Amino acid sequence: MTVSADLRARAEALGQTLPPLLAEAEHLASTVALGEHGRRRAGMGDDFWQYRAARVGDPLRAIDWRRSARSDQAFVQEREWQAAQQVVFWVDPAQSMNFSGAANRPAKADRARLLALALAVLLLRAGEQVGLAGQAAPKAGRGQMLRLIEAMALDLAEACADYGAPGPGGFVNHGRAVFVSDFLGDMTGVETALAAAAGRGVKGILLQVLDPAEEEFPFDGRTIFVSMGGSVSHETQRASDLRTRYLARLAERKDRLRELAQAAGWHYLAHHTGEAAQSALLWAYRALEGGR
Amino acid sequence: MLGFASPLLLLALVAVPVLWFLLRAIPPAPLRRRFPGVALLLGLTDESREADRTPWWLLALRMLAISAAIVAFAGPVLNPHPVAEGKNPLLIVVDGGWADGFDWQRRMAKASSLLDGAERSGRPVAVIQLADAPEPVAFKAAADMRGKLAAMVPRAWLPEDMTQWVSALPKDAYDTDWISDGLSDGGRADLVAQVSKGGSLTVFASDREIFALAPAVQADGKLGLSASRLPGGPKAEMRLVARGPDPTGTDRELAGVPLVFEDGVDTAKAEFDLPPELRNRVTRFAIDGQRSAGAVSLAGDALKRRKVALVSDAADGEGLQLLSPLHYLRQALQPSADLIEGGVMDVVPAKPDVIVLADVAQIPQAESDALVDWVKKGGLLLRFAGPHLAAADTAKLADDPLMPVSLRQGGVTTGGAMSWGAPKTLAPFGDTSPFHGLTIPADLRVKTQVLAEPGPDLSERTLAALDDGTPLVTRKVIGLGQVVLFHVTANAEWSDLPLSGLFVQMLERLAISASAGAGTAEGLTGLVWTPERVLDGWGDLGDPGSLAGVQGVDVLKALKTGPGLKAPPGLYRNEGRVVAVNAVSDAFKLAMAEWPEGLKVQDLTLPSETALKGPVLSFALILLMLDILATLFLSGRLRFRGTGVALVALALMGQPQDARADAAADQRAIAATDGVVLAYVITGDTRVDAISAAGLLGLSDQLANRTAVEPLTPMGVDVEKDELAFFPFLYWPVTVDAPVPSSATFAKLNRYLRTGGLILFDTRDADVALVGATPEGQALQRIASGLDIPPLEPLPQDHVLTRSFYLLQAFPGRFSEGGLWVEAAPPDAAKAEGMPFRNLNDGVTPVVIGGNDWASAWAVDDTGSPMFPVGRGAAGDDQREYAYRFGINLIMHVLTGNYKSDQVHVPALLERLGQ
Repeated sequence: MTVSADLRARAEALGQTLPPLLAEAEHLASTVALGEHGRRRAGMGDDFWQYRAARVGDPLRAIDWRRSARSDQAFVQEREWQAAQQVVFWVDPAQSMNFSGAANRPAKADRARLLALALAVLLLRAGEQVGLAGQAAPKAGRGQMLRLIEAMALDLAEACADYGAPGPGGFVNHGRAVFVSDFLGDMTGVETALAAAAGRGVKGILLQVLDPAEEEFPFDGRTIFVSMGGSVSHETQRASDLRTRYLARLAERKDRLRELAQAAGWHYLAHHTGEAAQSALLWAYRALEGGR
Repeated sequence: MLGFASPLLLLALVAVPVLWFLLRAIPPAPLRRRFPGVALLLGLTDESREADRTPWWLLALRMLAISAAIVAFAGPVLNPHPVAEGKNPLLIVVDGGWADGFDWQRRMAKASSLLDGAERSGRPVAVIQLADAPEPVAFKAAADMRGKLAAMVPRAWLPEDMTQWVSALPKDAYDTDWISDGLSDGGRADLVAQVSKGGSLTVFASDREIFALAPAVQADGKLGLSASRLPGGPKAEMRLVARGPDPTGTDRELAGVPLVFEDGVDTAKAEFDLPPELRNRVTRFAIDGQRSAGAVSLAGDALKRRKVALVSDAADGEGLQLLSPLHYLRQALQPSADLIEGGVMDVVPAKPDVIVLADVAQIPQAESDALVDWVKKGGLLLRFAGPHLAAADTAKLADDPLMPVSLRQGGVTTGGAMSWGAPKTLAPFGDTSPFHGLTIPADLRVKTQVLAEPGPDLSERTLAALDDGTPLVTRKVIGLGQVVLFHVTANAEWSDLPLSGLFVQMLERLAISASAGAGTAEGLTGLVWTPERVLDGWGDLGDPGSLAGVQGVDVLKALKTGPGLKAPPGLYRNEGRVVAVNAVSDAFKLAMAEWPEGLKVQDLTLPSETALKGPVLSFALILLMLDILATLFLSGRLRFRGTGVALVALALMGQPQDARADAAADQRAIAATDGVVLAYVITGDTRVDAISAAGLLGLSDQLANRTAVEPLTPMGVDVEKDELAFFPFLYWPVTVDAPVPSSATFAKLNRYLRTGGLILFDTRDADVALVGATPEGQALQRIASGLDIPPLEPLPQDHVLTRSFYLLQAFPGRFSEGGLWVEAAPPDAAKAEGMPFRNLNDGVTPVVIGGNDWASAWAVDDTGSPMFPVGRGAAGDDQREYAYRFGINLIMHVLTGNYKSDQVHVPALLERLGQ
């Protein structure tokens, strides 16, 4: 990947905003109380799961002599299955995410990255491997956070499109995927990505981050609506007339996303920047965890 | 009524409907709004295309705004000065008598407004004052007439005979605006008829009440005055005051009585019961608060009662009453004079005006000396001949300084049984005689008289002579006084003279009994009367200037039928006598003018010309602002909160600014007593008041900066209404048209001055001498006339004001030339030992008077920078600095009194400390 000097500078500038974001993300992650994170079944892992009577075929080494010595039967200690999940994030870097409907609300992108990073923190703590689609391969360990941030910054700096769409690649077979976007752009990208993901057995969540202004459409009068990048514009004489139809379209879009998610076995949530981030984070974590 | 300065601009209103089409096509500019959701909007079309047309109400708003702007620039004027149609010259007639003095300002304002109207329409104008002598009327440009109008003053008489003006009027067509006093002056109908021929006539009359105060009348030792007004007025309670010099010579109010016009009654009477001492000092009566010569009644000799001492040789009670030498004198003088009788040494200490010696020949040396002293001081010694005088030793009489001529011994008798000639009668009086003009009764006979020795000055000393030329009355002037000798007896023994009316008239002419007939033909005619003080149209006494002496006939006419140009009201003097000619004569009756049928009589209310340009422009601006709000609203940029703010702002803009008018008096008192508050007197002239406020603010700032005095915001004080006791210091800028405070206000001000207040009077005219030469100075004199102001002196070098904070010797304001007057130091103040100043320990001067316009020098604007330039360059800055220093010294003087004068005690204190 070639990175122009300008891009790097922008990435570094953006990256400087990320450590506070990381801190915030860790803070946010710490508010999520994790009661359990095991897979609740025997398998590979470090933690004790249960004893069971040894069966034919169990290797001798597997027998827990201490437990077996207390009875006549041989017991095998099973461990909880703790296979690390590989979670790939895609945080929409497009310009549409930079929108904020009010001065006291964060931009959608901020909220999206905050949620993604917080989720990453949680996942890393849980020992999962976290990566960024197209930028960083999933890895475990705290060091991955920095790489993640760096990758995000690069991603952001590169992005200049009005609306983003997840690329079809970058998934890990049977891994997990997290798409964070406003999903206001063209839906084909999402559809192909989901199709590809489904093909590779990837489960995940669609987290739609919207600004309340986008939910309410509180506009009136003669207005030219311009997309954040300026590539799309629409003029109306009376914005208030459009409200119902806009809201209908938005609801339609949400339904579509929900359908897509269900079809692919994914989870879908619409999150508003006006709300607290915790609930979305908790939901996302649960969704990832029990994503079956 | 609405007029326009440039009405042609209104044509632009035609173009307003065009805006309808223009503005309709232009919708409000769209708002560009970044919105990611636009992707969802693509393809949506507007339900209606209505909004791209400006809504009709917005259009109406804009058209209204534009129309308002057009109308505003056309210069709308509410109630413009009427511009009469036609190009005829305009004749502005002002009556200009004392009846106009009551509201002269309004009349002049009206005339000025008429002049403005004429100027606007370019008509030539002439202004005439009917009370003046007729002069040919010449029409000139309005601007040229302005000066004449400005110089007009009301006369102290009413227009005498308007018919005289008829011939002075031009023959060509002209229109007339007549500002009338509303009284039926002589010949008004003729003049009305004449000007009506010239063109249209409009009459303006005041609705103000006119009062006429008739001359005072003596009755039973009281002074009765009656005032009249036009019939049909409401109840009016006024006050009649008698003014005159007090013992120190200052003119002040000597007495006051209420004067009440009952509802609908047109006359009111008042009586003064004054002790003789006080009554003799009264110079005039005036209705308080009415500024007109008609409300002033001058008191001449007529009201004075002279003190006449009668001294006779004859022992009382021995002869018959009718033969007593003093009987006829007593009879003649009793009604008008206070008589004292007694010996010479008894009466001289009583300081009589006249001493009558009836047939006293021998005067002892002591008495003679006393009499000579008394005469030299202005006394009038009246001597009558008689048997004693005829028999006296002529050699002795020749030495008598109290004898006008030397007499021959024995006297002469004519027409008796033993004489040849017939009794003599009197020769007509000469031109120079004070008796000139008196008619001599035909049957007057003089039988016996004493004869004067011929001498070089005999004819000069002769006031009256018999038909054969022998002197009958002689006079010698000694010092300020005179000795008059009647060569006959004071009784009917020697002549018929004491029996005749002529005798009384002669006594009157000699100012012995003045009141009996000062207004009679006999008392006046044949003499030239020198005007001593003349009344102006406002009722103020002034210098006669170059006014020539007035013939007695004219004075008589003025007394009988009212004064005029020839004999203006005032005090006239001839020898010892003073005649008061009043603006209102005895016979004067106030009568309403009658105007011809169908003539419109308008009142004096000025077409209060209000330029509406400002308000209409503001209205247009407000409409445009509303348009902004409406446009914002239409384009959706206006949120509710913003609307609220804008509406509140709009509402605030509309709030009347002078909402503090009804601040409670309590709050005012609390504010005034919260700290030291400098105060200024509100003059009613907004500019002067603003300068006063700014000036005191500047001074307060400087005080706070430099001294321990930290005054609060200065306050304006209405001396008529507000309590003064809260303020240690009053700044009183004197304006030209400053009203004279009422008596109650004077009492309040005097109380204020007595209890330690200080008033700084500022005439603001840099008048050095403060002699009242400027209009402001005169206004100050009017105001100060009612105040208990002690004797003043120019500020002495060692006055405590020169060192109460700064060491100063000059007290500049915006001007630096004017002097400063303060209460005079006691004459016995001695220089303090070892100190460069006198030992003046007590008292803060109650007034400081100057004319340097200090407030302007002190004045600062909101930003604290000076409002007015002072002087030039650095010298000007110095001058302003000194102005502040003066102000600080003054306030220090007010607040600390004569603390600095206590330095005289420093040596004593040091000495005491040393012990």
